[in-house]
Amino acid sequence: MSSPLAVARVAPSALATPSRPELSPLVCRRCGARFDARPVAVCEECVGPLEPAYAPARALPTRSQIEARPRSIWRYREWLPILGEPVVSLDTGFTPLLDSPALARALGVRRALVKNDAVSHPTQSFKDRVVAVALNAAIGLGLETVGCASTGNLANAVAAQAARAGLAAWIFIPEDLEQAKIVGTAVYGPHLVRVRGTYDDVNRLCAQVADRFGWGLVNLNLRSYYGEGSKTMAFEIAEQLGWRFPDAVIAPMAGGSLVTKLDKGFHELADAGLVAGTGPRMYGAQASGCSPIVNLVERGGETVEPVIPRTIARSIAIGNPADGAFAARAIRSSGGAAAAVSDDDLVAGIRLLAETTGVFTETAGGVTVAAALRLAREGKLRSSDELVLCITGNGLKTIDAVVPALPDAPVISAKLREVAALVDA
Amino acid sequence: MPVTLRLPTVLAKAAGGTTVHEARGATVGEIVADVAGRFPELGPRLRDAKGEPYPYVIFYLDDEDIRFQQGFQTPVPDGAEIVVVPAIAGG
Repeated sequence: MSSPLAVARVAPSALATPSRPELSPLVCRRCGARFDARPVAVCEECVGPLEPAYAPARALPTRSQIEARPRSIWRYREWLPILGEPVVSLDTGFTPLLDSPALARALGVRRALVKNDAVSHPTQSFKDRVVAVALNAAIGLGLETVGCASTGNLANAVAAQAARAGLAAWIFIPEDLEQAKIVGTAVYGPHLVRVRGTYDDVNRLCAQVADRFGWGLVNLNLRSYYGEGSKTMAFEIAEQLGWRFPDAVIAPMAGGSLVTKLDKGFHELADAGLVAGTGPRMYGAQASGCSPIVNLVERGGETVEPVIPRTIARSIAIGNPADGAFAARAIRSSGGAAAAVSDDDLVAGIRLLAETTGVFTETAGGVTVAAALRLAREGKLRSSDELVLCITGNGLKTIDAVVPALPDAPVISAKLREVAALVDA
Repeated sequence: MPVTLRLPTVLAKAAGGTTVHEARGATVGEIVADVAGRFPELGPRLRDAKGEPYPYVIFYLDDEDIRFQQGFQTPVPDGAEIVVVPAIAGG
């Protein structure tokens, strides 16, 4: 008699061969050159970034049509570059939007809401969204191997979703990543490679790897498709607020893509007539040990000055942010601002979110909360604001950051009098 | 001893269909100028009208980002390798 586990061990690809979805063509954001769908993220004419070219006359759904669809990122598929039905990673998205009166009081704003991607499916970070789009793109392009350069969360998401899709995965991470992020990648069985150096070293290596081996590295040569997945966080925020925009949104910044795509997503909803208004003010958060985008916002200009990262917020420790100029532009044009916070402040931010909202976030989330606190105290967030904080990752992946800040729990015998002594203390 | 300049595949078409080029020069800027001189379509993709690198095209000299050195004025040792990488990735 065979074990029930024998069924579970069958490779997902053997259970069902997904059809190949058609993809949007690509257009250069800098020079406007157009290309057929391909695993290339930069323009051969001007080296500018490519992005999907959506057909302006395509049929768009109404609010009620969207609401009738399954609760996943794919309910917004007309704004994603997978034409027709996606074939893998169908369950990601629609994370909770939590009202937090206690956090609002701490920040001094009218209302604070937490977009909680710390419980994203399947790997507890917003990277599940972008990877879901990228893997459908990989299948659409006929690629059988995917991968990424990652600071951890992306590695988890690619490894898990590739395993389920039956795709081979090569994943490159800095050698010194948090143990939870290494284990949370290795368990899915990818080719996991630890690289001596910073994320920026890994990134440079992977750009060469994508060129050499022709794999679909989700945040390199599949980036044009991948990045669009971030917009779904904006779509969900607006829908969960009853099809309206908040006054302000704050998100962590690493490469700068999330803030850029959130802003794009809000504008797409307005352009489609699904939400009134022009979108919220956008705010960006970085650790002061790696704050090239905050520096650009504060200094002005269009060119990021790269830095060598020195922060415990490893998931956003990108010293050479490729979308930094776009993020800075989105922040400025929306009337927002940016702030950098120390490692001590980010740990306090993790604790503040946990104690006020019941959400345990990783270091990047601590940066976001601490930066919101700073921006509110500096008057850059207003007391009348309804603020959404994008919490992009789960605290169980970075427990080492908070252990030193937490009190030791008392150890007692199993005697009632010892509990009474603690209560009376 | 010549220096090797490695281009991304996306620029091969502008460089005679090849991504690996040998060049001579004392600085990164001179190496780029040497190759750009042979492939006129390549030059504007690697440097702006003033001859300076674009912020979105990154040059690595023996794996080190030249923006942390002297940019196009960074001296190049004999036999070195320069890798050109578009700035496209994040987290």
